[in-house]
Amino acid sequence: MSERTVLEVENLEVAFATSRGPLRAVQGVSLELEQGKTLGIVGESGSGKTVLSRAIMGLLPRTTASQSGSVRYKGAQILNAPDDELRKLWSTHIAMVFQDPMTSLNPVQRIGHQITEPLRVHLKLSKSEAKETALSLLMQVGIPSPTERYEAYPAQLSGGMRQRVVIAIALACAPRLLLADEPTTGLDVTVQAQILDLLGHLQHERDMAMILVTHDLGVVATRTDEIIVMYAGNVVERAPTNVLFKSMAMPYTEALLNSMPRLANPSHTRLTAIDGRPPDLLRPTPGCPFSPRCPYAQDKCHVEKPSLVETAPGHSYACWYPLGAGRRDGNAPAQREPVVP
Amino acid sequence: MSSVSLTHPTNEAFADIKGEIAAEEAADTTKKRLGPLFWGCAGFIVLVAFLATFASVLPLPNPDLGNYSSAQNAGPGWGHLLGTDDLYRDILSRLIYGARVSLVVGFGGALIGLALGGIPAMISAFRRGRVDTVLNTTSYVFLAFPAIVAVIAIVSFWGHSLFKITLIIGIFAAPLIYRVVRAATLSYATRDFVLAAKALGASDTRILTREILPNIMPTIVSFGLIAVATIIVLEGSLAFLGLSVQPPTPSWGNMLNEGASLLTGAKGQTNPWLVIFPASAMFLLLFSLNVVADKLRAYFDVTEIKL
Repeated sequence: MSERTVLEVENLEVAFATSRGPLRAVQGVSLELEQGKTLGIVGESGSGKTVLSRAIMGLLPRTTASQSGSVRYKGAQILNAPDDELRKLWSTHIAMVFQDPMTSLNPVQRIGHQITEPLRVHLKLSKSEAKETALSLLMQVGIPSPTERYEAYPAQLSGGMRQRVVIAIALACAPRLLLADEPTTGLDVTVQAQILDLLGHLQHERDMAMILVTHDLGVVATRTDEIIVMYAGNVVERAPTNVLFKSMAMPYTEALLNSMPRLANPSHTRLTAIDGRPPDLLRPTPGCPFSPRCPYAQDKCHVEKPSLVETAPGHSYACWYPLGAGRRDGNAPAQREPVVP
Repeated sequence: MSSVSLTHPTNEAFADIKGEIAAEEAADTTKKRLGPLFWGCAGFIVLVAFLATFASVLPLPNPDLGNYSSAQNAGPGWGHLLGTDDLYRDILSRLIYGARVSLVVGFGGALIGLALGGIPAMISAFRRGRVDTVLNTTSYVFLAFPAIVAVIAIVSFWGHSLFKITLIIGIFAAPLIYRVVRAATLSYATRDFVLAAKALGASDTRILTREILPNIMPTIVSFGLIAVATIIVLEGSLAFLGLSVQPPTPSWGNMLNEGASLLTGAKGQTNPWLVIFPASAMFLLLFSLNVVADKLRAYFDVTEIKL
């Protein structure tokens, strides 16, 4: 752990108690994040990425979610810490941008009130100081005529504008770690790029650490330093971004990439989808969780679960028959060059 | 202040947002209006409240003591605007003093109900768990018991001062208010903006009062006003049975009770006005309360519909 390490997660396990038994939403995830770096967490719906980010934040309900392992923020253990202690970190050290800007703003409070609230509570600013800071924040997130928007209600703003406001609120108390949970899912494509650029710009400016959670490999491709691919609550591949796209090893990562629509394709090309359905976390299979859907699966894959092994510095994956050079079995389908977007 | 501007250096707005501004201007709010019916009804409530409050300084004859030089059982006229009853008392004066009872019991009972039912409701819906289970079950137990019977029983044992009646009715209104407020809170407690507020370090009290309360306020206000109307009817029923404030103190209910015997001519005289006026006053007040409650709810709903 270097001096610049902001976040350290070790062997994090999250299980929800359900009537059909425990649902292990996050299974032994470890990660590390340095100041100023961006980590991408990629996976499809139900892969545990949102639960992972909420567990890091400490936002999961204590009564239904049992969490073990360790989450350390600048060396201090924050997993299962009491709310009173987390409250000192929230907003001033760790902040979160939520998925849907339509629901993450209070519909009956003015924008200005919602931005100034954390400033007044945490930084103890006076009313006029808070307003001044809020206006400068609105300006920084690219909201035109901030003085007018300051008095507006969320319903008076468009989706993109609302997400900008949400980002402004999250950044209000200058956090050192920002978790963005699918920050662009509720927005249309042109606005998506703007919001992501804005996040990257602000992160760079503030030398902040950021975790970008998404289901879209295209989103993380150019905006992250490292990527973690999650499947069924497990980390199945982890690598620096450029390494991942150059030599991805896990068939699931490839499948995710292949299911992205491509501009180069002729019109009416069928979109490649991953066959089968996401696994039922209540009834785990003994082998690799991806094996029922994996085009390269062998007998071994169905009975024995591969563990996450590091093959190159920084690059680790959990697969018996990885793609590319690392392939261990000659019988597997012909090698395929991973497609770089 | 300098430290703040250091952490938030201003830079110019980004250029690529023109499309967004256009889209946003399209989503303009249309101004909602409450309409003349609302203002008429609200005006009536305010008028009744004003008259009841200042009854003692208004030039009104004594409501409890008749002036024997006036006519008995007179219809509306110049001397007594709404006429007199069989004890030579001025009906208008009795009506206005009677409004005091209705308003105090109605609003007081609703406020007690809100305090005893609303606050626990917000906490139980927000916290869930065991607190919620216990309070929820308690409210069902209370609701299963016929309130009017319980109120009649308690009042006849404990006494029928204005304060006691208000308190008892307030206690029995609480479980109903609990259910409504709990349902409203539940629908907001799991929203993203509540979680977002928590992630910004807001305390539970702050989340309840600043995030959830403003959202459920329309429900509380409109249901509160309907509770006032219901309680006024309940007080009227008690008074009609002679279990509310005791004569000669007037209340609309006991005026109706006295008037009922004069309607049939059982006392050898008839005076329908003695029933018509308090009944109309009660009808108008209840109608106004319901209209105001309904219009307010629609008026405040605007942001929710637009989302």
